[in-house]
Amino acid sequence: MIATDAATRPVLSVEKLTTSFKMAEGWRAVIRDIDLTVNAGETVAIVGESGSGKSVTALSAMRLLPPGQARCEGRILLEGRDLLQASDAEMRTVRGGVIGMIFQEPMTSLNPVFTIGNQVAEALVLHRDLSWKAAEAEALRLMERVRIPAAKSRLNEYPHKFSGGMRQRVMIAMALACRPKLLIADEPTTALDVTVQAEILHLLRELQREENMGVLFITHDMGVVAEVADRTVVMFRGDVVETGPTPEIFAAPKAIYTKSLLASIPRLGTMGDTAAPRRFPEVDPTTGEAVEGRAMQPVPAGSAPILTVENLSVRFALPQGQIHAVEDVSFDLRPGETLSLVGESGCGKSTTGRAILRLVNPSAGSVVIDGQDVAKAGSHAMRAMRRTSQMIFQDPFASLNPRITIGAAIAEPMLAHGLVGRGQAKDRVAHLLEQVGLSSAIAGRYPHEFSGGQRQRISIARALALEPKFIVADEAVSALDVSVKAQVSNLLLDLQEKHRLAYLFISHDMAVVERVSHRVAVMFLGEIVEIGPRGAIFDNPQHPYTRRLISAVPVPDPARLGQSNPPLGEEIRSPLRPHGYVPPKRSYREISPGHFVQEAIGTQA
Amino acid sequence: MMAASLSLPFTRGLRRLFGNRAILFGAIILAVVLLAALLAPWIAPYAPNKLSIANKLKPPSFAHVFGTDEFGRDIFSRAIFAGRISLLVSLGVVCISTVIGVLLGVTAGFFRRLDAPISRLLDAMMSFPDILLAIALVAALGPSLSTVILALGITYAPRLARIVRGSTLVLRELPYIEAAVAMGLPTWQILTRHILLNLASPILVQASFVFASAMLAEASLSFLGVGVSTDMPTWGTMLASGREYMNNAPWLMVFPGLAIVFSVLALQLLGDGLRDLVDPRLAKET
Repeated sequence: MIATDAATRPVLSVEKLTTSFKMAEGWRAVIRDIDLTVNAGETVAIVGESGSGKSVTALSAMRLLPPGQARCEGRILLEGRDLLQASDAEMRTVRGGVIGMIFQEPMTSLNPVFTIGNQVAEALVLHRDLSWKAAEAEALRLMERVRIPAAKSRLNEYPHKFSGGMRQRVMIAMALACRPKLLIADEPTTALDVTVQAEILHLLRELQREENMGVLFITHDMGVVAEVADRTVVMFRGDVVETGPTPEIFAAPKAIYTKSLLASIPRLGTMGDTAAPRRFPEVDPTTGEAVEGRAMQPVPAGSAPILTVENLSVRFALPQGQIHAVEDVSFDLRPGETLSLVGESGCGKSTTGRAILRLVNPSAGSVVIDGQDVAKAGSHAMRAMRRTSQMIFQDPFASLNPRITIGAAIAEPMLAHGLVGRGQAKDRVAHLLEQVGLSSAIAGRYPHEFSGGQRQRISIARALALEPKFIVADEAVSALDVSVKAQVSNLLLDLQEKHRLAYLFISHDMAVVERVSHRVAVMFLGEIVEIGPRGAIFDNPQHPYTRRLISAVPVPDPARLGQSNPPLGEEIRSPLRPHGYVPPKRSYREISPGHFVQEAIGTQA
Repeated sequence: MMAASLSLPFTRGLRRLFGNRAILFGAIILAVVLLAALLAPWIAPYAPNKLSIANKLKPPSFAHVFGTDEFGRDIFSRAIFAGRISLLVSLGVVCISTVIGVLLGVTAGFFRRLDAPISRLLDAMMSFPDILLAIALVAALGPSLSTVILALGITYAPRLARIVRGSTLVLRELPYIEAAVAMGLPTWQILTRHILLNLASPILVQASFVFASAMLAEASLSFLGVGVSTDMPTWGTMLASGREYMNNAPWLMVFPGLAIVFSVLALQLLGDGLRDLVDPRLAKET
């Protein structure tokens, strides 16, 4: 084959692909008439919300769907060869050989009982007929290609010593082992923190240039699309609604769905000078036109805080030391105010929320809710506290008992606290459901009958049942699709205004945080490194970690394609300390009114 | 569509029940076996213990549909009388072991501090062979129908407790249990409404295994002479005594054996169907 020929001919070309699944009532098409091509050296992104068929498209191309349950029609041409006609034996050489694949979940895709080097080498022995010795040498070369620091010594380590980002690098090394012509990446960075995501995206782009691979990149995140994709395919409910070069899609979307998708993405830096939160734009699904949301009310000055946290610490004892999950955290929260806790996974933001509600017991410090210290409260005082403070959880699929109707689930706390009798409970439930934008007629249904967004509304209705004064929202909108995320966030904002609710909004999503918060606290390794009014944190970040966090957020603007160049971050630092470790006393510097930054150690007076 | 929205929960439940053929099949078998046992004095053509040496070891015929045993007793009559004891023992054992097992299992799984002592107790009980433990208990309490039921109930309780503890450990970490705690629900309500409801499947499945085991264990106890007194036939004792004639008179074992097989099968079908029935996620929309 001539080299120039390979460059112009598409690596993968999918023509009129229709995949159907076998249902009780017969075959049902999940994706219809999909056309797409990936050229050598090009990244094509498939973007869409959950259920749009983007993963099914990738799995069809790999022929990874169960043969009896699914059937594909159309043509899938890999370098001119139709994969739908290929035998199973041929497909085995294609998978992992011509096509490499990386998946979303790096934590479970490596076998914990073999060393990293062993697992990478195994792929090489299998697909490239290398001897073990040669394979190990090649494995080392690949680990260096994916920029794993100290690759030589890390070859002999087991997966549990690798962080999520490092594991994803190993997965990429394995996918690259056989010099694939095409790399399929199915949400490869969704489970990773933003700073790690930025590094992985950067790595993928570099590798693609060096290897001249075609990359099929599947994601739900328009920010990621803008950062990596040359061309974009937008999918909606099994159909391709729009396809074209990424800059054109972003600058002049033609399909209504693309317009509304772009309009509903939370973007950093759209807040202007308003101090209060602002509702997300309302998108008209029939035209795709967006109306900028109105600003909410600022918190009236001088009101007494509903929640005061002082020097809160949570430690977990392990045989080899202590996890300092939360260390010396102090802040307060006033009625009608939203304080966001941001940070990456493992920084202790969820543990802080759970310790405030006494779902884990704090090791030290005080938590005063509505004038009552609950950190050491007995069971009677705890019961009163459970009425004033509520929690909304991240996973709408796991936070409702599958065996109880949603009406009963919402009524349960009211009955348990004796707020209403059985007779009135039904009316209260109907009222609460209407408040969160649901029909009161659905009270008799079970949780599995609802979508993620609806379930999250149900959880909110349940949290409101006790008329709480403050709510801990732990990643409450993180698991939702963009359009639903905007709607649920708006609902939270409206309810806050109506009931003067205080929110402790725990999230890793900086764009949403910028939109909904009055104040923001940035956490790193269990400590608050910076806290202040929203505008001060986002426009004038002082702590190096805050800056890194904000700059790593993918920006949905294709003009920046390939521009960001994140340095390789340090391996994740762990809050595991030896027994008897005394944390250094931290001091904070006030930059502007209410904006405090932790002083770096060594610069203290 | 209209009919579905208008129907009462009860009728919807019935439709779900009979839409599932396995559960219907199981229910019919179990109903036949239970009725035969209850109405034994009226159905049985002969008295269960009537000897007739002249008719010993007769193969099945019109006079004796299941044949006769080594003393010329009618096997059909004995089998339906035996069903009374065997079913009583098995159901009794299932009830006792389920109550003890669920109590211990949920307590061990939900309250961290009680986990170690309860689990060690269960380990200790399970380290004895089942029959040995049951014999010891029967010997201590004195042999009778109720002590056999009690002894086997205690013996099989750890099997349920283990399963229940494991499932409770998983459940208590789920967000909806945490949500219930955060809402300030009383602990007993969390245990009964949230934990127990979601334990229904593993309990039903394990209980149907205990039902089958108890039937056989009762036979072993009788065989060893510490079971229900010998003048009352049970399926287990019929099986045990028929063993000697297995080669030339297999019907001595075949019919009580089939009785055990069908009751266990019926219960398992029923248990399986019930498990689906109590799970709203598996409910078919009609």
